Amino acid sequence: MSAALAPGGPGTGTGRPRPVIDLRNVVKDYEVGELSVQALRGVTLVVERGDLVAVMGASGSGKSTLLHIIGCLDVPSRGHYWLDGVDVRSLDESDLSAVRNRKIGFVFQSFNLIARTSALANVELPLLYAGVRPKDRRERAVAALEAVGLGDRIEHQPSEMSGGQQQRVAVARAIVTDPSLILADEPTGNLDSASSDEVMTIFSRLNDEGRTVLLITHEPDVASFAKRIIRLRDGVVVDDRRVTEVSSLPPRLDRSGEVHLPSHVVSLSRVAEPAHGTEPAP
Amino acid sequence: MTARDTFAIALRGVATNKLRSALTVLGVMIGVASVILLVGVGTASSRAIESRINSLGTNTLTVLSTGRFGRGAASLGTQTQAANLTLADVDALESPADAPDVSSVSPVLSTSVTATYQGSSYTTTVTGSTPSYLGAEDYSVASGSGITTQEVQAHDRVVVIGSAVASNLFPVGSDPLGQTIYLGSATFRVVGVLASKGSSGLANADAVAIAPYTSVQDELTGYAASFTSLIVQARSASTINLAQSEVQSVLASDHDTTVANLPFSILNQASLLSAATATSSNLTDLLAAVAAISLLVGGIGVMNIMLVTVTERTREIGIRKAIGAPKSVILTQFLVEAVIVSLFGGITGVLVGLVGSKFRIDGSYPVIEPYSIALAFGVAIAVGVFFGFYPANRAASLRPIEALRYE
Repeated sequence: MSAALAPGGPGTGTGRPRPVIDLRNVVKDYEVGELSVQALRGVTLVVERGDLVAVMGASGSGKSTLLHIIGCLDVPSRGHYWLDGVDVRSLDESDLSAVRNRKIGFVFQSFNLIARTSALANVELPLLYAGVRPKDRRERAVAALEAVGLGDRIEHQPSEMSGGQQQRVAVARAIVTDPSLILADEPTGNLDSASSDEVMTIFSRLNDEGRTVLLITHEPDVASFAKRIIRLRDGVVVDDRRVTEVSSLPPRLDRSGEVHLPSHVVSLSRVAEPAHGTEPAP
Repeated sequence: MTARDTFAIALRGVATNKLRSALTVLGVMIGVASVILLVGVGTASSRAIESRINSLGTNTLTVLSTGRFGRGAASLGTQTQAANLTLADVDALESPADAPDVSSVSPVLSTSVTATYQGSSYTTTVTGSTPSYLGAEDYSVASGSGITTQEVQAHDRVVVIGSAVASNLFPVGSDPLGQTIYLGSATFRVVGVLASKGSSGLANADAVAIAPYTSVQDELTGYAASFTSLIVQARSASTINLAQSEVQSVLASDHDTTVANLPFSILNQASLLSAATATSSNLTDLLAAVAAISLLVGGIGVMNIMLVTVTERTREIGIRKAIGAPKSVILTQFLVEAVIVSLFGGITGVLVGLVGSKFRIDGSYPVIEPYSIALAFGVAIAVGVFFGFYPANRAASLRPIEALRYE
């Protein structure tokens, strides 16, 4: 069965925009000693541009493996995957590096910032690998940090920041190359609920600006920010529920948040607190 | 990704664990400095040996009675008794017809005595010889004069003393010339003081007293004593081998034997020089080899630290790969880190080597050879690249998901 010949494949235009993620019957086997473990048993998934998708599932359901394959950190054992219309199986290692760099922004559960390195340098890093000139690099990194409300923390090192702030730096790093897809692996797993809501509000805003976001979570509260909720169990999709249309506003974002991004996101759980300062000078 | 970015990231990596980087730098530094210094010490000592031998004169031959030195005695058997160097040999060798390339022959009759002067005493070598001896042995007279042919013929008890003898016997400021000293139980009048030749290393060339061989026979050794050796001076350094064969044939006919069975051994200063030079250059090579080993150990230190660094920073490597660092960039980053460490080691090692050469080591100042600096420095960098490559390649080949999972 050749997925390439499947009707409605990528690029076969029917007037609809090309999906960002197009997985067909993706299978992933792991060799653990002499045992072969099937982490994914045939996942077919299409994610449209501008969607905000939450993937839920118990641990061992294959959601991390799915994210790694979508993020080009791993390749499927069988099946096909088109990312932004490109068949990932045709890419070699250096092409995959370039794809990870330009088309995907990663946010990890444990932030994964580089220690002893300023927020600015961390955010500049993907641009460095993309070969952007130093001056542009700095401008774009500062803009990304301002977009997540950390314009006043650019010289701080990870150890000098709270978990929520570190995760916002990680989000800034993920969006700085202007990727078509933002992937987040339990982005709120290590955060308290206030920081968690802050980060999810940022994701909602980024999505509202037109970015495609796919995140993994096992918290229903986090999933409630998504436009579409997918559940995995034992390596297969068992539930795929659309909450709101792709073109509509993210469910937990109200109109007021849409106009301009303030430097600090007022978390939904702390609306009673006085508002924070305004946009800091760049 | 410019070279500057790569360098900045690598430098930050080196600075992350300063103590560890510093210790690794120290390892390379010791290697580089020891190459420079030990080659310097070796060069200095071989130069010293060369100059000592040159000061003996490269146009002289020393004829030694083998009976005395035991050289070749086994093959000569009972002949050893007969093999004495006599005045007849000196006369025969001085004949221009038989030995045209010999310019002078000085008999040497040497013995060790205690010299005394007004309660000061000093043990010295007394050499009984002829006036040509001073020239053949490259001595120069600082004050007074050398011994003369008349004094030799008249059995005069006169002596020319070396600077060490003068300074040990006579108080500072007093003039030894004209004073009478005791050599053993005999009195000798000091007619000259030699200029210092410095320590020759083999024996103190200034602890000498040179007197006519006739008076030395009279007073110290007895008439029966044959000469210890003959110093034969060739007309020039280039004719020394010619002079050597002439000496051999003259002595052979004098002693009714063949050149092959000659009961004397002839030391050629030129061949001594080349042998000594070869020995000291072997010594330099040996020292350089020891130093090279320490440089190698320094290199292994770099590799060890880089492996630790790569393991420790596996997660960081995973992050970098996840956000799009290609394999080549990771490889370059860690390779540059290793080279920075070995480069620092190389630079500090050269500095330590240069500073160390200002100090006296083993009796002489190390001679800094430019080639040893270039070599040590070059090898240090090469060591960084060579020993850094394996860890860097290991880092670059890590799979991103595995690197990210690493705790």
